Amino acid sequence: MTHFVDRRLNPKGKSLANRQRFLRRARTQIREAVQKSLKDSAVADLDKDRKIKISTKGTKEPRFRLDPRTSGERDFVLPGNKEFSPGDSIDKPKSGAGQGGKDASDSGDGEDDFEFTMTQEEVLDIFFEDLELPNLVRTTLKETPNKQWKRAGITTAGSPTQINLVRTMRNSYGRRLALKRPTMADVAALEAQLAAAEQDDPVDPAKISALKEQLAKAIAKRKWVGFIDPIDVRFNSFTEQPTPTSQAVMFCLMDVSGSMGEREKDLAKRFYMLLHLFLKRRYKKVDVVFIRHTHDAQEVNEQEFFYSRQSGGTIVSTALDKMLEIQKERYATADWNIYAAQASDGYTQSGDARHCVDMLNQLIMPLCQYYAYIEILDEREMEVFASEDSGAELWRAYRTVAEEWPNFATKRIAKPGDIFPVFHELFKKSEAA
Amino acid sequence: MSANSLLFSESEWDFATVQRTYKAIEDIALNDLGLDVYPNQIEIISSEQMLDAYSSIAMPLMYNHWSFGKMFAREEALYRAGYSALAYEVVINSSPCISYLLEENTMTMQALVMAHAAFGHNHFFKNNYLFRQWTNAEGIMDYLAFAKKYIAACEERYGRDEVEAVLDSAHALMEQGVFRYRRPPRPSRERVEQKRQRRAKYEEEAYSELWRTLPAGIEPPAAPMTTDPEDDFGDDMKLPEENLLYFLEKNSPSLKAWQRETLRIVRNLSQYFYPQRQLKVMNEGCATFVHYTIMNMLYERGQITEGSWLEFMHSHTSVVFQPEFSDRRYSGFNPYALGYGMMADIRRICEKPTPEDRDWFPDFAGNGDWMGVLKNAWANYRDESFIEQFLSPKLMRDFRLFALYDKADASAFKVSAIHNEGGYRQVRAMLARQYDVGAADPNIQVTGADLKGNRTLFLSHAMHRGIPLHNQTKELVLAHVERLWGHDVKLEERAA
Repeated sequence: MTHFVDRRLNPKGKSLANRQRFLRRARTQIREAVQKSLKDSAVADLDKDRKIKISTKGTKEPRFRLDPRTSGERDFVLPGNKEFSPGDSIDKPKSGAGQGGKDASDSGDGEDDFEFTMTQEEVLDIFFEDLELPNLVRTTLKETPNKQWKRAGITTAGSPTQINLVRTMRNSYGRRLALKRPTMADVAALEAQLAAAEQDDPVDPAKISALKEQLAKAIAKRKWVGFIDPIDVRFNSFTEQPTPTSQAVMFCLMDVSGSMGEREKDLAKRFYMLLHLFLKRRYKKVDVVFIRHTHDAQEVNEQEFFYSRQSGGTIVSTALDKMLEIQKERYATADWNIYAAQASDGYTQSGDARHCVDMLNQLIMPLCQYYAYIEILDEREMEVFASEDSGAELWRAYRTVAEEWPNFATKRIAKPGDIFPVFHELFKKSEAA
Repeated sequence: MSANSLLFSESEWDFATVQRTYKAIEDIALNDLGLDVYPNQIEIISSEQMLDAYSSIAMPLMYNHWSFGKMFAREEALYRAGYSALAYEVVINSSPCISYLLEENTMTMQALVMAHAAFGHNHFFKNNYLFRQWTNAEGIMDYLAFAKKYIAACEERYGRDEVEAVLDSAHALMEQGVFRYRRPPRPSRERVEQKRQRRAKYEEEAYSELWRTLPAGIEPPAAPMTTDPEDDFGDDMKLPEENLLYFLEKNSPSLKAWQRETLRIVRNLSQYFYPQRQLKVMNEGCATFVHYTIMNMLYERGQITEGSWLEFMHSHTSVVFQPEFSDRRYSGFNPYALGYGMMADIRRICEKPTPEDRDWFPDFAGNGDWMGVLKNAWANYRDESFIEQFLSPKLMRDFRLFALYDKADASAFKVSAIHNEGGYRQVRAMLARQYDVGAADPNIQVTGADLKGNRTLFLSHAMHRGIPLHNQTKELVLAHVERLWGHDVKLEERAA
């Protein structure tokens, strides 16, 4: 007895468990790969499905293999001889280019880097394992999903306004060709022949009636093979998809005065990228505002933010002013979740720190979901300021803000390796809980 | 319905048409060709399920391991990028024989696939001596179900990392985990079941109402340990041993019971697949020859249209295409091409032999009974012996086969024989040797273990014609052996 079983409706993703195991296994490599690509991409450019190329280290599956290249002798047979006779010799291909599949697999080191596609979800999951967004209150309140129409292919039924003309006409043309529908020209030609036959002398009645019959047939056929038939018609189809409305704006504040070198900026950039990625996970739309400051602040684009230099003193409060100004203008708190990340080397004009603290306490912190202050030190300084309590003026001032506001965080970074742990700590689950 | 009415005329398929076509194919396969098959079970699956299916080495049930996930990721990447098409079918050597058909196939392709898998492969699975002797088609699904459950239970109990480590090491030795000559001992599931029954029986006999009166917290005495001769790893290690996994399972001083069972599962799977590795050419050849013959008979009887016959021929010719060695597409011999070529050639020799064929194959040239010759070959040969016995000079000329001699320190290959009068036998013997899995796999054996002293395990590799192991992979695999053995492992390479 033969059984036919329709398995198509069985649950898919049977190998999901294996995929998860694989991702877990390759986690170190994947993390490295993502970290590497961080360096060369823009802050907002990390939210797509990406091709991840990882080395096979860690996911190697070694087997005992023979290696006929090092020593020994063997015979093998190949198909497709054209010009060789017994006794001829053929130069061996340079190492790397295999003579054939056998050689390639014999060598055993043929496993090169391994490329596959990870969804954004998977990449970010790996990135943000254990991380939770702080202060989720406003987001959850705001998550009233909107519907959006999205294209969903072509259908055979729909409203006339959605007719897809190209598809419809293509079908119609194909059908007319297949059913040999006479064209207008065909009919005109028959009519002309008929007219000519009627003019003939003597008149040939048989020919005329044959032509008449042909003409009648052609006209009839044109009637029953319609120019456009209902089966030709195709419609564009749309489906509704929910879109969350929650949106966030991220203010990146950075001191670009002479004391901030390439190294400091690079570290800051990495931090901003992580923050951006992190926000992208939660919010449909994330705006990024770059504010740089010396003794006065400007809103600039990303390129200028990271790569152009400005000379001048350092007055941090100007950046806070600028941020408030932009926020009032464009990002009403009713519609936007506001995040801010400030990077600095910790120096500011004396007296300014006090001013900053006042601004933060009274104006900025009530607006913000989260405010992170990152102080970038060099490694020697890091040792000096081993304790949380000691530090430059700005650091000490900000510590007082942090005591007041649970969603204000201060951290110090000295080398790239510090960033991720720091980030981890800033957004730790326990803090949100 | 008369025998020669059209089975289908459209390319879309539905279950009624598939069933009708199956019946017609079955009629030809059983009555005209006289094939002998396991009952068939045909399953329609989607492309994603097909990817699923062959990333767990084409078994419908499989324990979880990251390497299958890696394979899936790789296959999927290739498939999505359009580098590789999906297989039209996957067939499993079990009883009933399960064939998967891809839902995207046209009706013609479904017919081809049914002829190919449900009758070609199926007949081969049921009749070839290697499959008959070495694999248990009735039991494999049960065993896989057991393995999946067992590994999952171990993961739960001992942690994923622990289980993964053992599986990694076992997989590395999979090719050294087969018995090549003696019949493997019976799988453990039955033994475990026996043990459980023995114990249950003891408990039943020892049951006494008295124990129920014990106050809470006091347990009745447990059943005495039943000693099992197979669990006992003592002095008698029966060396040398070619099956490394078996040896480690039985004798490793550091493995726990569940780890031994895990090794056993991997080893049993490896053993199950071992015949397939020796029968690539014949298995695919048989299936391809059968589908070719059946599809042509359907066409001759007017049961399929000319259009679908052409579609079938298009697919068939691309399946049996053999690129030449200098072609960019060349990646070794195409088992479909070689197998089908040889079997079609056998039919030609039976029906229209040339004098040369009569010379080379006096016992069947011109006897007309090609099905008899083929059935005998399918039942009693493996790739190596099949090529050695049946590869004809004509086919060697068609494939333009030539043999190269390769010495590692020479800068050039030497052509040692080609497809001419002087070279036929040599080329044929060499090609046959190429398909001898026993010779292609490195010959590694356990030669000793210092159980009383520092517990070093000694392996030796008998080099065939002086070819050593690839150094890097050797070190990696040895690390896995050390993990399973728990102490130092030494591998010696010596000339055989």
